[in-house]
Amino acid sequence: MQATLRGHAHKYGKNVDTDVIIPGKYCNIIDIAELGKHAMEGLDPEYASRMKPGDVIVADSNFGCGSSREVAPIAIKGSGTSAVIAKSFARIFYRNALNIGLPIFESPEAVDAVESGDELEIEPAGGVIRNLTKNETYTAAAFPPFMQSLIDAGGLQAYVEKRLAEKA
Amino acid sequence: MPMTLTEKILARHAALDAVEPGQIINAKVDLVLANELSAAVAIGVMRQTKGADRVFDREKIALVEDHFVPAKDAQSAKIAKLMKDFAIEQNIKHFFDVGRGGIEHVVLPEEGLVAPGELIVGGDSHTCTYGAFGAFATGMGSTDIAAAFVLGEVWLKVPASIKLIYSGKPGEMVFAKDIMLKTVGTLGIDGATYRAIEYHGTTVDELSITGRITMANMAIEAGAKNGIFHADAKTIAYVKERTDRDFIVEKADPDARYEREIEIDIGSLEPQVACPHTPDNVHPISEVTRDEILVDQVFIGSCTNGYIEDLRIVAKILDGKRIDSRLRVIVNPGSQKVWMQAAEEGVLGKLAAAGCVVNTPGCGACFGGHMGTLGDGERCISTTNRNYVGRMGSPKAEVYLASPATCAVSALTGRITDPRVEAAVTA
Repeated sequence: MQATLRGHAHKYGKNVDTDVIIPGKYCNIIDIAELGKHAMEGLDPEYASRMKPGDVIVADSNFGCGSSREVAPIAIKGSGTSAVIAKSFARIFYRNALNIGLPIFESPEAVDAVESGDELEIEPAGGVIRNLTKNETYTAAAFPPFMQSLIDAGGLQAYVEKRLAEKA
Repeated sequence: MPMTLTEKILARHAALDAVEPGQIINAKVDLVLANELSAAVAIGVMRQTKGADRVFDREKIALVEDHFVPAKDAQSAKIAKLMKDFAIEQNIKHFFDVGRGGIEHVVLPEEGLVAPGELIVGGDSHTCTYGAFGAFATGMGSTDIAAAFVLGEVWLKVPASIKLIYSGKPGEMVFAKDIMLKTVGTLGIDGATYRAIEYHGTTVDELSITGRITMANMAIEAGAKNGIFHADAKTIAYVKERTDRDFIVEKADPDARYEREIEIDIGSLEPQVACPHTPDNVHPISEVTRDEILVDQVFIGSCTNGYIEDLRIVAKILDGKRIDSRLRVIVNPGSQKVWMQAAEEGVLGKLAAAGCVVNTPGCGACFGGHMGTLGDGERCISTTNRNYVGRMGSPKAEVYLASPATCAVSALTGRITDPRVEAAVTA
């Protein structure tokens, strides 16, 4: 069972692309903490210094569009952000976030209701998002069964290890 | 069951008789691609994965140094070396260092590493470029690429297909880039998310291989998983010149099911421009030039428009003239082979004589890495594929996307200019 996530919301619009999540000039960095210092820099240069560990990015549709850079979700995770809630995610970002263990939630209902600064509490297992500031509760869409089974198996890396062990 | 072109290729690679949209499959890959950025992270993941000591097939992996090379700084050198050392350790057959490669998506087709009916995954979102050859090709992140390196297969959700049918003959100074900008503008940047784009129609039948590359390349700009053309005699001739590997040319069934069919008439299409700050903010040139938009930089190159055909168009427009004194023009031939051919044809000389910087092949300027980064308040018109905030450098810079012809003419006038205006070209 994944632990409850808790933090304040930082709200953004639609089509937050990977170029603003982690600008190209930082893509030669592989250190997670160093990447974290530049998370969201192209859109909100103060994000990394303003946010507190556990805080949550809340954004409109098509979050993470653009490049396949896995350092985009890595930078968000490295900043100490606990989760991203969006109306929808771009395809490659969605896979990358799950692969690196950045919790992501699709919930148009939460995105419409939450304002920047609201305190949120998320139960990852049931996709329950509680807004402690507004005293409201929202639900996130369940992961498709295949994704859920991959998550339950410990992620793609664990899946690969199992497949390699079978082949050996 | 009738299938689209994408479904046919996916079914065969999953050893299934048929697949349908939404189905999760395990598919064998014919080639796995990475550049030094995606490889650096993927190699790290592979090192942490128990039992993942060797790649599945040393001949089915392509590693191309292209983003921060020649190394911009010590950190860039470190990751370039990381990939090179891995290539040597794993005895990777298709490793391309600077001076022998160029931009990954320009290099792979040139080297005969892409053929119709194949399934290719790459650690770069523009991997969808190979759809130009009738292959299924899609971009993924580094963890997925690490899995493909060692397993030789990937899990995929079969995408529903959108059929785009183009008709009409492109007018004067209208190129594949204009057609694709119009397409992205029509679909929107999330209009094809989780979908396959299948290109059809008399207009694209007439396009050159390079034109199809330009169009397949930007499928991701509409969010698509892949963009694909049917291979024809032109495709087969191109591929057979470069490889003697067997390949299977697949065809969509006539009664295949498409989620949407969109007809796009090109006959009356003007040159198109994507204005800041999204690739779907597309307008006809006559609308854009109503205001005087001065530019500081013109960029010619990238996996979208860094091919010999593109450079020839630019050289023809700039031949014997000088670029406007207020701006700089940076040209990156897409690969070492393109660079050499452009040199041999006198193209590079014409560009240099006009006042252009001719760089070594690479991705640097396009993604704000190096070799052409924009500063605060600067404006660039570029042949590349993305114009998000900060894409080419400062978040306070602006990027307009257009064809090589529109960019070249704008280089002469110093402002965004309609390439059909004769006076501008002869100025």
